[in-house]
Amino acid sequence: MKYMCLVYANREEDLSTEVLSDFPTVVRAMREAGVYLGSGRLKAAGSATTVRVRDAETLLTDGPFAEIKEHLGGYFLLECADLDEAVRWVATIPGSRLGAVEVRPLEVAMGTEH
Amino acid sequence: MLRAHWWRGVATVARLIGDIDAAEDAMQDACVAALAQWPAEGIPANPGSWLIGTARHKALDRLRREQRRPDKEVAAVREVGEAQAASPGPAGDDQLSLIFACCHPSLDPGVRVPLTLRAVCGLTTTEIAAVFLVPEPTMAQRLVRAKRKIRDAAIPLRVPPLEDLPARLAAVLRVVYLVFTEGHRPVAGDEPVRAALCEEAIRLARVLADLLPAEPEVTGLLALLLLTDARRPARVDDRGGLVLLADQDRGLWDRAAISEGTALVESALRLGRPGAYQLQAAIAACHSTAARAEDTDWRQIAALYGELIRHEPTAVVEANRAVAVAMSEGPHAGLVILDALGADPRMARWPLLHTARADLLARAGRDADAVVAYRLALELEPPAAEREFIARRIGELAAEP
Repeated sequence: MKYMCLVYANREEDLSTEVLSDFPTVVRAMREAGVYLGSGRLKAAGSATTVRVRDAETLLTDGPFAEIKEHLGGYFLLECADLDEAVRWVATIPGSRLGAVEVRPLEVAMGTEH
Repeated sequence: MLRAHWWRGVATVARLIGDIDAAEDAMQDACVAALAQWPAEGIPANPGSWLIGTARHKALDRLRREQRRPDKEVAAVREVGEAQAASPGPAGDDQLSLIFACCHPSLDPGVRVPLTLRAVCGLTTTEIAAVFLVPEPTMAQRLVRAKRKIRDAAIPLRVPPLEDLPARLAAVLRVVYLVFTEGHRPVAGDEPVRAALCEEAIRLARVLADLLPAEPEVTGLLALLLLTDARRPARVDDRGGLVLLADQDRGLWDRAAISEGTALVESALRLGRPGAYQLQAAIAACHSTAARAEDTDWRQIAALYGELIRHEPTAVVEANRAVAVAMSEGPHAGLVILDALGADPRMARWPLLHTARADLLARAGRDADAVVAYRLALELEPPAAEREFIARRIGELAAEP
């Protein structure tokens, strides 16, 4: 089962310092366990553009889709046997200590597996 | 009779095909088949194996039919299932796996009790909806959503590894405790007691205690439920009103349940790992073994509450400790603790705090203050049986010279 782990953090500055120091260790452990599919860190929420197409017209708004206190700061894509295993790995992500991580299983349709 | 095998049946099939909903359907089909065949052909030598075997076949048939999976795949599932059944895992692993999944911390706490009542106890959605006083479609939707999450998020049907066991077991015990509480002191509805839920909770606790004999909190929970339930015949009077512990006819108490519960809590405490359920059971045992209310060892009970508060630092425990202290040292000592609690505005909205205060005030001879406290409790809309009790107490206090 593939899990998308969306890291939400309150203060991006704190998250980035912490991520920079712990990130390689966390990723190495995930790789060694064979659960790591990818990860990425997003630039500040202020850099976001939200796109909607309505009546064939492309509409843009400045900023992230939802204005909430915690911003999406990055993601981990993990391949785990079940939710318990995913949660164990997510708990090692620095963002889970500073903010919160939303764990969502990926919909797997026939023939779209990569 | 059929319900006694429900847990094992659903658990076995759920582990085989990895889907609780389909396992319930298969077990339901097996029960229907049993009701059709047994009266004519006689009850099989081993009804449990018959039901579970039939449920497995129904599940695999359904899998083949509905999902139109190639036979090879169904055969593979069958093989895995048979290998699993043959593997020398601890007995009852399937049953534990099912209840651990239903009480998984990633599920909404509010749905864990209904889901356990459905998948583990085999209550119908109609029965569960009646317990929680919600329309049946609402309850059905909640259950479907929870089972869908278990499947979609791959919540495992497996006994958690040792390092996760304490936390996960606590969540399971909590659900069993809540099933009992909903029976013993229903929040929903006007019935003073729902005996069926009390019995269901005891059945769950008994199976868990058999499966996990080295976990003293499981034994402690079973002891607590037995000791509390032993007083059920004396707790409600003929008119459906609640009878205070001190006023109960102790001759109506279930002696067998009390001696079993007392022996269980003693054996659990001997393991030297006390916990909240063991301590509550020890307190219940203190009450149950007193021949008359005035023989109650309140000093011991107050000490046990003092110990309990270290495991469960809640206002409810502190309020109970206040009552025990009042009984052993006098109402004033108890009122000091309750008044400290009542200073917190959140606590002031809890009807039982006012009822307890009123009781101590009456004991201290401050009848007028007691009536005021009882009225405060009434304003907070306690359950019906308690409303009636409070109204009666106000009447008694007003009538006294």
